[in-house]
Amino acid sequence: MQTKRAIFASRVLPYWLLAPQLAVTLVFFLWPAAQAVRQSFLREDAFGLKTSFVWLENYTRLFHDPNYLNSLKVTVVFAASVTLLSVALGLLFALAVDRMIASSRLYTTLLVWPYAVAPAVAGVLWWFMFNPTLGVIPYVLEGLGYDWNHLLSPTDAMILVVAASTWKQISYNFLFFVAGLQAIPRALGEAAAIDGAGPVKRFFSITFPLLSPTTFFLMVVNTVYAMFDTFPVIHATTEGNPAQSTNILVYKVYVDGFLGLNLGSSAAQSVVLMAIVIALTVIQFRYIERRVEY
Amino acid sequence: MAEVLLKDVRKTYGGDVEAVKGVSLDIADGEFLVLVGPSGCGKSTLLRMVAGLETITSGTVSIGGRVVNRLEPAERDIAMVFQNYALYPHMSVRQNLAYGLKNRGTPRDEIARRVKKAAGILDIASLLDRKPRQLSGGQRQRVAMGRAIVREPAAFLFDEPLSNLDAKLRVQMRAEIRRLQRALGTTSLYVTHDQLEAMTLADRIVVLNGGVIEQVGSPMEVYERPASLFVASFIGSPAMNLIPLASAGEGGAIKGFANGAAPAGLTPASVLGVRPEDMRLAGTEPQADGVRFAFAVTTVEAVGAESYVHGRLADGGADIAVRVPGYHRAEHGTELVALAPHDKLHFFAGEGGVRIPLS
Amino acid sequence: MVENRPLLTLAAHLVLIGGLVLVVFPVWLAFVASTHGPAAFMAAPVPLLPGPDLVKNYGALIASGVSTSGAPPIGLMLWNSLAMALMISIGKIAISVPSAFAIVYFRFPFRMLAFWAIFITLMLPVEVRIVPTFKVVADLGMLNSYAGLAVPLIASATATFLFRQFFLTVPDELMEAARVDGAGPMKFFRDILLPLSRTNIAALFVILFIYGWNQYIWPLLITTDPGYYTIVMGIKRMVDVADARPQWHLVMATAILAMLPPVVVVVAMQRLFVRGLVETEK
Repeated sequence: MQTKRAIFASRVLPYWLLAPQLAVTLVFFLWPAAQAVRQSFLREDAFGLKTSFVWLENYTRLFHDPNYLNSLKVTVVFAASVTLLSVALGLLFALAVDRMIASSRLYTTLLVWPYAVAPAVAGVLWWFMFNPTLGVIPYVLEGLGYDWNHLLSPTDAMILVVAASTWKQISYNFLFFVAGLQAIPRALGEAAAIDGAGPVKRFFSITFPLLSPTTFFLMVVNTVYAMFDTFPVIHATTEGNPAQSTNILVYKVYVDGFLGLNLGSSAAQSVVLMAIVIALTVIQFRYIERRVEY
Repeated sequence: MAEVLLKDVRKTYGGDVEAVKGVSLDIADGEFLVLVGPSGCGKSTLLRMVAGLETITSGTVSIGGRVVNRLEPAERDIAMVFQNYALYPHMSVRQNLAYGLKNRGTPRDEIARRVKKAAGILDIASLLDRKPRQLSGGQRQRVAMGRAIVREPAAFLFDEPLSNLDAKLRVQMRAEIRRLQRALGTTSLYVTHDQLEAMTLADRIVVLNGGVIEQVGSPMEVYERPASLFVASFIGSPAMNLIPLASAGEGGAIKGFANGAAPAGLTPASVLGVRPEDMRLAGTEPQADGVRFAFAVTTVEAVGAESYVHGRLADGGADIAVRVPGYHRAEHGTELVALAPHDKLHFFAGEGGVRIPLS
Repeated sequence: MVENRPLLTLAAHLVLIGGLVLVVFPVWLAFVASTHGPAAFMAAPVPLLPGPDLVKNYGALIASGVSTSGAPPIGLMLWNSLAMALMISIGKIAISVPSAFAIVYFRFPFRMLAFWAIFITLMLPVEVRIVPTFKVVADLGMLNSYAGLAVPLIASATATFLFRQFFLTVPDELMEAARVDGAGPMKFFRDILLPLSRTNIAALFVILFIYGWNQYIWPLLITTDPGYYTIVMGIKRMVDVADARPQWHLVMATAILAMLPPVVVVVAMQRLFVRGLVETEK
């Protein structure tokens, strides 16, 4: 880890400085996480009177539970769709803005604000737009001969939550790609142009390779976003329905824990999710440290 | 005003890396002492130990008769000028100068008086309300000095303060630092890797290498009687010609040095040194006095007032350079003879590189 | 641009205009819906152009709220959202700046442990361990309180990490100069480090304000007293009315009001916002 050459000598002060942060982390992060781990090895009987230690049974059950496996599959499809779509669209818009000279600021301003829209609100907006009886899109689709109903069709429901989640995230990716593109020296593109490379060739031979750190970073961040931060989108629109087709892992933890009151299983699910998050964090962290230290 | 004494000062990192291996120095009151050496020689570490920015592993540092080993930098009555100036970016020049005084509880009108005086000395009175980023490199340098001056400390510590300036400004600021230090009469410890800076600024030079002192002396002493092979190669520009005697045997390219005052105790491993500026081209006179070096020209560097003729000794393969006044023309491969007087020769033991005195 | 290719530039404009339509259309629909009366939502399609009831709808929301939906007056929800957003953003900054200072500028036993204890939470969203966290807050008696809304969310490593990265870029000599100038750690922190961090703090504040304002699941879980509803979660309560069609015009007006403050913050402070966003993730 990076450190300063010069440091202050004080025995007590650093602990005082760290105390508030550590206290909150301990009480609201580490303690609950530890509780989840503990709980994941326990089972309560139906009346909540007796708890017994069941080793890994909650986990083995989990991975034999078709609902959980389904949720896992749904999460992969959902997260991959959101990540790929929002990264691709973010890149597309960033490339277009990068061509602009006078109007780039205006376009940027007009494209960034959805970042500020709460995922829950984004969900409500898209839910309204796709409302089977009232919505504009189903009305148009009906004219085209497609009967949209995300209340009944798993595919339609998945498209809806993917669209709402992607919509909110494009601006984020867009901004990072704009910053990434600005960091590429103009001279490189000019040199390639002098060498006779056209715009498409330039993109694939110069721009895209140089953007790859940004792209990698966004892939990780968007995966995290799609897996965890989209909870409100699901909750405000499909609530995991129909037929569990949009019941992503993080939503299932909530449903099983709060509505199903199946604490052991919910805790085991939490632990699995935490493991995923920590793995992603480590990947991310290595990447950050490398970037900082070169 | 105070003298600074270092007694067997050592610095060890992580238990086994020794950066400073026992340095003792007496810096007299009002003296300008320059620590010079290549990067990694421990000169900055030594300075920072005096400043209190590094802990002292062993030995003592005293300033004005007071052992300061355990004191905070602010309690040592020193002021420091940093390589990158370390001005507080968000404070005006005036606030930068006043900050240290304010922290010591100096009365407000006293601060104002000292800031005004320092600004006058350094000619930065018109810049007092600017922020550091609005200043040129030279102006920042002056402010950094001003911050040291207002403290009216027992000693100034300079950590390569000129290395961020361009060449012309560096020469100018060098002269100014010298003038200021003379005028204020404050004991100063100055670290640089630039031997020219060391030569022009110092009352005494300390040449450091690998954490040990190679030589302490006035600039001319160090120049004229380098105590070791390392000092000989480090001080002087262009560097001294150093020719292993093994490659310059009798009857070879170097003639006439045996009949001069060659010191006793030379071995084939010993090294002969002679500065380019102590040599001249022999020209046509056949039997001029001195040692003769036959060489073949490789390149000629003309710097205007003088030229440096570079070449390779006829047999030994060692490279030498000779200073020639004005412009000298010579084709590559031309065979020439350079001449050096006996008393300008230096000899160093092959092992350890210690100077072998001329008898 | 490297060379002049009008067709490519035209294509770029078209792509961006397409993007703008994609981005704006859902919000436009919501805005239009908020300007019509309930009658407009009896049959498809919903109107695409603004109606006459803008003042009436928003007036009703602000005056009385949607009492039929069990949600409190909109003013209270906006106030709660503001309180929560400010407490979270200020709280996060207030605890993360000192901890980053401790980690960067001091060596002490268990420093690495503290570092990892904080940074393990770097991406651990509250949703992941929601059940046990809820239990802790309930045990502490913090349900239905501002403290319960904000405090569990103020410990996130992101802000600490940002300041750590920033402090690492502050030249060592600045701290050394301050020490020579007689400044102890806290004086250096107050006189030098904090003023130098001003822009970073402001940029981070913008990001955190949005983060706090947009919280959804947490307020939804820990508030059962409508007096503590925030506007983002209030919408959900309004949509979920039992046995009735949602009052679309009022729901959408609420949605517009819910997104307005953070969007205004982003647009008004775009430069700070972009900086905050890009820096936080560096």
